[in-house]
Formats: sequence, C-alpha cells, structure tokens
Amino acid sequence: MQADASPSGHHLVELKGISKRYGDLLANDRIDLAIEPGEIHALLGENGAGKSTLVKILYGVIEPTEGEILWEGRPVAIGSPVEARALGIGMVFQHFSLFDELTVAENIAVALSDDWSLATVRSRLGDISRAYGLALEPDRAVWTLSAGERQRIEIVRCLLQNPRLLILDEPTSVLTPQEAEHLFVTLDKLSADGCSILYISHKLEEVRRLCRRATILRAGRVVGTIDPRARSAREIAALMVGNEVGEVRSGTPHVPQGEMLRVADLTMAPGGLHGQALKHINLVASAGEIVGIAGVAGNGQSELFAALSGERLADRADAIAIAGKGCGTVGVDGRRRLGAAFVPEERLGHAAAPTHRLSENTLISHAAAEVSHSGFILVNAAKRLAGAIVKSFDVRTPEADPQARKLSGGNLQKFVIGREIIRRPRLLIVDQPTWGVDAGAARLIRQALVDLASEGSAVVVVSQDLDELFEVADRMAVIHQGELSALKPINEWTKEAVGLEMLGVSQSQGAAHAV
Amino acid sequence: MRFELTPRTTVSPVVRALAPVAAFITAFLIAGFVIWLMGRSPVAAFQVYVIQPLSDPWSLQELLVKATPLALIAIGLTYCFRANFWNIGAEGQYVIGAVLGGWLALKTHGTEAGFWVLPAMLVLGIIGGALYGLIPAFLKTRFGVSEILTSLMLVYVAQLTLDYLVRGPWRDPKGFNFPQSVTFDPSATLPPVWEASRVHYGTVFALIAILVTAVVLGRTLFGYRLKLTGDAPRAARFAGFSARSTTLAVFAISGGLAGLAGISEVSGQIGQLQPSISPGYGFTAITVAFLGRLNPIGILIAALVVALTFIGGESAQIMLKLPLDLTQAFQGILLLCVLAADALVSYRVRLVSRGGGK
Repeated sequence: MQADASPSGHHLVELKGISKRYGDLLANDRIDLAIEPGEIHALLGENGAGKSTLVKILYGVIEPTEGEILWEGRPVAIGSPVEARALGIGMVFQHFSLFDELTVAENIAVALSDDWSLATVRSRLGDISRAYGLALEPDRAVWTLSAGERQRIEIVRCLLQNPRLLILDEPTSVLTPQEAEHLFVTLDKLSADGCSILYISHKLEEVRRLCRRATILRAGRVVGTIDPRARSAREIAALMVGNEVGEVRSGTPHVPQGEMLRVADLTMAPGGLHGQALKHINLVASAGEIVGIAGVAGNGQSELFAALSGERLADRADAIAIAGKGCGTVGVDGRRRLGAAFVPEERLGHAAAPTHRLSENTLISHAAAEVSHSGFILVNAAKRLAGAIVKSFDVRTPEADPQARKLSGGNLQKFVIGREIIRRPRLLIVDQPTWGVDAGAARLIRQALVDLASEGSAVVVVSQDLDELFEVADRMAVIHQGELSALKPINEWTKEAVGLEMLGVSQSQGAAHAV
Repeated sequence: MRFELTPRTTVSPVVRALAPVAAFITAFLIAGFVIWLMGRSPVAAFQVYVIQPLSDPWSLQELLVKATPLALIAIGLTYCFRANFWNIGAEGQYVIGAVLGGWLALKTHGTEAGFWVLPAMLVLGIIGGALYGLIPAFLKTRFGVSEILTSLMLVYVAQLTLDYLVRGPWRDPKGFNFPQSVTFDPSATLPPVWEASRVHYGTVFALIAILVTAVVLGRTLFGYRLKLTGDAPRAARFAGFSARSTTLAVFAISGGLAGLAGISEVSGQIGQLQPSISPGYGFTAITVAFLGRLNPIGILIAALVVALTFIGGESAQIMLKLPLDLTQAFQGILLLCVLAADALVSYRVRLVSRGGGK
C-alpha cells in the first residue's frame, strides 16, 4: 500500500477543487487528486468523463476555471507546457508529434532547449535506453519505425529532462500486446527510481497490472479513488459508467421484419497508424428495429462506419449485404442506390462541406436524391429539398440557404440527419447522432430515428452515449478493440454488463464469439 | 506585435465588387512609384502601358493574340485549382501539345494531304497535353508523389525535348542551320478569324472553353464534385466521388487545354516549331487563373489585363527603355493586390500587441 504522503510530508502534486467550465458544460467539477512520489496512479473513465481536460490543466495546456495545484505542497500556476516541464512534468500524448523525415536523435534534439547538442542527445539516449530497456537506434529515420518505437522516442524525450511526474495518455492504444508489456516493464522501473506516473486509460487489465491506486472520473467528477486490484471488474465498471437504472423506453418495441443489413465475418486492417482493425464482425439489422452499437471511442466505431458506408471497401462482396444484396465491394453511391443512407460522426467536413450552402450540401447524397439529372444539377430542386429539410426538422438558420458552417452544431446535425431521413431510406446507419448537440436537438433527432424505424426502416445507431442507446435501441451490441459482442435485446442488457463489455471483460465472451 | 485576421460577419456586395477595382488602382500606384524611383515619368509609363495599346487597332488584335493562350491554359488550370490540385506544369503540357500536333504538320509537309490535317493536329495537341498532364496525376494517385514537384519538373523535360527536336531530327535542312523546323503548309495552319487579321481561331477555342467551363463548373455535378473535393475532401469521398478519378480527370482536362493552346499558338501564330514557343504562358496562366478568382468570366478579363501588361511591357522597353522584368514585377504586384483586396474584404485586420494576445 502506498503511504499517504512522501517522507517530506508532501504529495508530489495535489489538485484541489479543480473545475473547468466551457459555457454550460462543466468538464471538470471540483476535482481533487493527489499523486505520491514514485507512484503509478491511474486515471480511469469513459470518454467525455473529463480525463483529458484534467491532464491538460496539469500540463499547462488549459487554464482551470477554479481550483489550485500544489507542487510538493507549494501552490503553483502552470501557465504553459514549458512551465510544466520546468517543474518536472513530462507528458506523452496519444498522438505523436514527430517529424517522419528526421532521425530519432534529431527528433529528440529539436524538442529540447538549445543547450542540447546532437552529440549529448546521442550519448544520453544511449544511457536512458540501457537503463529502461527503451531500445532505439539514434540514426534511424522515424518513418521506418513502428508505433511502439515512435512512442519510445516520445518517452525518452520526456525522460531526458529528468521528470518527476510522467503523464501518459492512453499509451497502449497504438501498441501491440507485446509492445504494451514492454512499456509496462519500463514504467515499473521508472516508478522504482522514484518517478511518479499518471496513467490514463479505460482498459482495466492494464490498470490492474500497473497501479495500486486509481482515480475514477465520471461526468467531470471524481467518483472514487480505489485500489484496482482490490475491487472486482464489475464494481469498477459500475463506478465508471454509473449504476443508475437505464430509462425504460416509451412506446411499443419495434417488431423486426425483413433483414435489411447483414454483416458476415467482416475483417478489415486498420486504416492508419492510430486506426483500429475490425475483427470478425457479425451484425444483422432488420426493417422496423433500431440496433445500437455501444463502445468507448476509438474501439473501431469509425472504421465500422466506413466499412458499412462503403467509404472503405471489404475484400468480399458478401461481407456486407444491404437488402439482401451483397455489396461489400460496392462504394457509397451504390449502397445509397440500394436504399441505404449514412450519417457520419463529423458534421463539418465529412457529412457537410462547411463553406457550401445547404442546397449544395444536399448534393452530397445526390446518388439517391432527386437533385441532379444526367449530370446536371437541378438547382431549384436542391433548394426546395434544403427548404423541406429545414422545415420538417426544425433547423434554425440565420438566413435563407446559409453556408453549413453558419449553423450551430445541433441545427447542422438536424440538417444532415434530416437530409438522409427525408428520403425514407430502407436502412439508416448513423454514427454518434447526438454528439455535442443541445438537449432539444438531441430529443428531436432521437424521435426522428424512432419514427423512421416505426415506419419500417432498419436503423443502426453507433453511439458512446449509453443513455441514448437504452432509450432508442431495440437490440444492442458493444464494440471493443474492433470486436463486436453478441447482439442482444435491449432488456437483456444492464448498464453494468455493457460497462464490462466496454472494458473488454465479458463474462459471456466465449459464448458470444462461438455464435 | 502581430496581426490577427478576424472574419467579417457581413460583406456588402458593393464592396466585394469594388475590391478588384481598388486593387488595380493600388497596383498602378505601386508600379508608378517604382517607375518614378527609376527616374521615369509614371504618367508617360501609364500612357505607354495602358492607353496606347487600347487605342490602337493593331495592338487590340495583338491583345487578343496574347490573351488566347493565357485564357485557354488558365481555364484548364481552374479545373485543377478548384479541386485543390496544383498543376504547375501547364507550360510543359503546352509544349508537348505543340510538339505532338506539330509532328503531324511536319509529317504531312509537302504532301497533298488535305483538310483533315489541321483538325487532326488540334486533336493530337489536346491528346499530347492531356497525356503529359496525366503523368503527375498518375504519380500522385499511384505513389502519392506531390504533383507540384512532378508537374513543375516535367516542364523542363518538355522544353528540352522540343529543343532537341528542332536542333536535331526536325530541323529544317534548308534553314541555314537555324534551330527551327520547316514552315507549316497552309493545310496545317490555323487560319485567321477574319481576312488579314492576326487573330486566329485559337481565340474562338478559348471563348468556347470559357463558356463551356462556366456551365460545367456552375451547373453540373462534375463541377460540384471539383468544388467539394477542393473544399472538403472527406465529404467528397462520402458523396461517392473517387479522389483518384477526380485527380486524373482534372489533370487530363487542364493538360488537354494547355496542349490545345500550344498547338494553336504554333500553327496559328508562329507557323513552325522553334526552341522557344512561349514567353512563359503556362506559368503566367497560374496568375491569370487566380487573378480571375477561378471564375471563367473573371479569367477572361484577367487574361486580357495580363496580355495588356505583356504588350505594354514590350512598348515600354522600346519607348521608355524600361526593362522587361518590370512587366513581370507588375504582374506579381497586381496579383498580390487582388489577393490582398480579397482578404481585406472577408477579414478585418487587427494589430495585437504581444501581451494582449493571451
């Protein structure tokens, strides 16, 4: 067990009553957190729980609205990452900031102050590599390195400045299991040498492997500081996702009719360095029902959406069937013609072009809408369609036919969802339908999804918002590291069970994947 | 101290329309100041640069002759630039168009080959330019190579190829060893639009290209595809527009139009192949395209304005002994002023002191 304070009588760092407010949103609500010297402290929580905000405050990237930070008992104001580094705080971000064309040593040298010559970097790099098992060849160009090796550069870059506290943000998200184990060994050594580590994760096994203390955040608040090894996964999951009873859906459950979407053993390699592979996904959605897909962000949701929409193609036609037609190798246009419609997560830039007028934005799903004829744009039809969407989905616009970027998030989301729903698709696939949207718009959007299913369409909702899924979905599955759990009726799910699946600790794992 | 640009919420259409006018006046004032520094009278320079060419019928024809290749190339580049692809190599596509079209003129030289020669030359010019434009496009889609570098470097390959041909295999044996080909037969010569004029049918092609492009960009799905690809590439993919085929299409179109400009210039204006067949039309056309704000009608106007600076620059050389570089400097000043005016119309500039920025 960790002692409550270091021999000197002080915590290494203590956050007291830290709050951060963005408009109406309280991202951090009076957070208290203390880290002891040499301790590996975990920060656990779902996406949006406020973990990133908190560590950015600690690293001087964001200024807190309220609260104070004590460094070895002394109040400090950390105004910038430079000041954070001067105190002895180092941070390894989830996304690396490296120059691909430069060598390992050069990448480290550019980030350090001017009094570091390339030669000193090179020799210190050797020392640190040996001491912590961070093997790195100083003269290799970064573009030839694996994700794990790139992360080592980031870590070494921090270690060269002799940090007292090292913050790691989801460090294993880009690593193979072997690379992750290697990292854990390094972190154990660092901790033994007296360096404190703040380890941000939503993966329970890792946290248990590394940490004796974990602070759990939910909705911007600390819900508990626990010993992760002394609690069951079930208890921790309940703390993370909350154990309130899910709202019972009003109205009659939908009655599934014909099969509109079938995904059969869909496997896809990750699209890029930070991508997630999809592994043997099986999914069926029938006309008249809403299928929900829950999961913590970054577990393959956007990859699954891209595979379903046809923005990325599968290697077999029968991996995805829409309305009974195999279309795994057919692009997004062809799938729209089969009666499918898609709403991606990102409103600006993906679902809509920011600088284009709403009428022009109707052309994005032109393949299935009546806005073009033999290659020519039907300008008036496009304007009428945009007007109809604005009217039936209560889109508040500052002027007639404005540019998409002039709409608020909620109104634009109503527009892009309305653009697809207004043509009554037989299958609608929507990724994060109410992400960053005000409550009123969210209610309208959920109602529209429920109504569409009632009228006999199949709807697939990918969402991080569990309450939303419990409210609208008829059946639900959880995606974790590119694998989809069993698809079960919503009343057979408890929040706790979903939480366990999101952490990858499923009780029914064997059974679910045997199907 | 630093500058900060904040977008203006409302811009009146009158201001937007007056901005280029203000830009022109500013450019003339700056250029006048430079000329005054060089010890010449700015008023006389304005007379030579602008008034004379516009008041003399011969110069007016010359204006159209010079504006033709600029407009043809710039209108082609518009397809690339709208979709955010950087074809810097129009000069090379222009040259290859001239080479491939000119090849047929030389092949049929002195034969009885009839009326088909000229149309075939024009088609070959378009094909040559398009294929040459497709090289950087292919390298980009297949290997991810930056089209800026490849298209630019291929200019030199094209120019040196032409140079080799007219000094070597295609040199006129009776040409006193001058590096130039034979003069094209009448059947391989683009005729003047009206009797005894210098304006050839290339001008008509340019006008057609401008009109067609205005319709394509404003009214067709293909035009929207380019705009969407340029403004929001992810949304373009979501719309089902393949980035690969868009890249290939815009490079083929802009290369083809540059090639058409090349063969029109050679067969309608120069009448033979020689080492230099362009005073940098392919590069100046980039200026023209942006001066015209990638709008077909704007490009028509911009091509005429830039052609005017070419002609004015030539007379200024003769009459005021002003260097040709001044013309190029003026073209640069003009472009900067137009772009700056655009930015000032859409954004408000604020001077922020260092401390206040946080």
